[in-house]
Amino acid sequence: MIAAPDIDLVSLAPVLTLSAFGFAVLIWDLFIGKDKTQLIYISLLGLFLTAVTAFSKSNLPVYSFTNSYVVDNLSVFCVIIFTLSSGLAILLSANYNPEKGIEIGEYYCLILFCTVGMIVLSSAVDLILIFLGIEVVSISLYVLAGIRRDDLKSNEAALKYFLLGAFASGFLLYGMSLIYGFTGTTNLKGIMAAISAMDGKDNSFLVLGCILFIVGFGFKVAAAPFHMWSPDVYQGAPSPITAFMAVGPKAASLVAMFRVFHTGIGGLDGSWEMPLAVVAVASMTLGNLGAIMQTNIKRLLAYSSISHVGYLLMAVIAKNSLASSSLLFYMLTYTFMVFGVFGIIIILGKKGDENLEIEGYCGLSNKYPLLALAMAMFMLSLGGLPPLAGFVAKFYVFSAVLKEGHTILVTIAVLNSVISFYYYLKIIVNMYFKDANQEFQPNFQPLTLLVVIIALVGILDLGIFPGPIISLAENASLF
Amino acid sequence: MVPLSHYLIVSAILFFIGVLGVLLRRNVIVVFMSIEIMLNAVNLSLIGFDRFLNQHDGQVFSFMVMAVAAAEVSVGLAIIISIFRKKPTINLDEFNIMKW
Repeated sequence: MIAAPDIDLVSLAPVLTLSAFGFAVLIWDLFIGKDKTQLIYISLLGLFLTAVTAFSKSNLPVYSFTNSYVVDNLSVFCVIIFTLSSGLAILLSANYNPEKGIEIGEYYCLILFCTVGMIVLSSAVDLILIFLGIEVVSISLYVLAGIRRDDLKSNEAALKYFLLGAFASGFLLYGMSLIYGFTGTTNLKGIMAAISAMDGKDNSFLVLGCILFIVGFGFKVAAAPFHMWSPDVYQGAPSPITAFMAVGPKAASLVAMFRVFHTGIGGLDGSWEMPLAVVAVASMTLGNLGAIMQTNIKRLLAYSSISHVGYLLMAVIAKNSLASSSLLFYMLTYTFMVFGVFGIIIILGKKGDENLEIEGYCGLSNKYPLLALAMAMFMLSLGGLPPLAGFVAKFYVFSAVLKEGHTILVTIAVLNSVISFYYYLKIIVNMYFKDANQEFQPNFQPLTLLVVIIALVGILDLGIFPGPIISLAENASLF
Repeated sequence: MVPLSHYLIVSAILFFIGVLGVLLRRNVIVVFMSIEIMLNAVNLSLIGFDRFLNQHDGQVFSFMVMAVAAAEVSVGLAIIISIFRKKPTINLDEFNIMKW
């Protein structure tokens, strides 16, 4: 007789809550007219309840579903980051969508399902579940990127994202199948045990599996040299979705990477550390060099996010208790910075023309000094200037990597942050030292402004008083 | 009994055919088919390993891959159809409003 597997629904509480709200949004959408405002509040309520239910388990870590799903402090912290970023994305959409004619209820439901995928991904300790999480996230994002069906750019972004995303899934899966085949299990702990039991035997296929893993995950987090889709997709997707996919899905994939590389194939670190370091350095450098040449602000932010992924990958390489907490802290601050910038981009958008060229920011400080000041603060924080949050986050990651003795890596990263100031400052120079070449028609909607204010408070608070959050993140460390 | 290496070699060949198809062909539908070939190559190797190891994890995994591939196909075809309505072509090189 086959014993029934233990089913621990309480540990799935956040996933279940959010899925229920996703379906509720889908069904409620049928009964309301063209105005989708109610769905925004239902989704926000769902995200809030999800964040609350994340704390429903005590005595962490708890393994459930035959050791394939874990609730630990790391995943609880991740749920908070994901619900925060999805909530901010929905707040940004609230006024953007009616203006651009995206009166589609599925939009909110897809954001919620994507968040479900992220939560699963950050809690998965089994290759099958990691694959499912990644695909739930990706498939929702393919649709979200192309949600403006009347806009050819949005369509094109969806097509490119879809083709390259599916291509990457193929690599990831092939890597997973090799790792499964040569260790005999899909469970990360089992893989670790099998690898340590192997010692001395030929493991070249496992190493090949690790490399394919890096390729697949590299595509998903848009790390160079697998980044070519990201500027196009960022440019074509609706702005709130661009902000959304710059933060949550990447954070989830990075956490999954952290789990795979440290609990799963951690024993092979001699073979994956070097390729991952090359990918990290390439991301930082190509991201920053690419950003210098951009004139469109969304493309610029795409390249900047490629370089930020490079810094985050360094934290994945470092194998100490600081690494995972610095990863979490960095992702939290990055959430605030990205959503702040995109809030301002949406405020400055005009009817029919989103006003995305960097030239369009010339002379902003004369007309709207507060808006320009906020933008300048986000830019400086992205660059990493104290006392803003970006500095603390970078410092934290760099010190985690330095503790492992990767001096060259940190040197390259520091040089790269210096380069990155060039293009962040270019926007500030445009705002403060150039004359306006056009009329501004800022669109001060309360919910969009709320996002900018939350983001500002976030970067100031995390920059000046990082202590409480850092100790929470340290609590969530994997080691 | 057919040894494991035969399954793996066939699966590797299929995977490379898929990769080359994605990289070399310019027809969206053919690129799409090549991606499916890659996923099926993975399925083949999973089943091969599964039989060799005498387990069931690989079979479960391959079912998951099939289910996800089906979802991916439906979304992908929907995207292709919606872009085809705006721009009646399936040549990838013509989707170049934004530089690649």
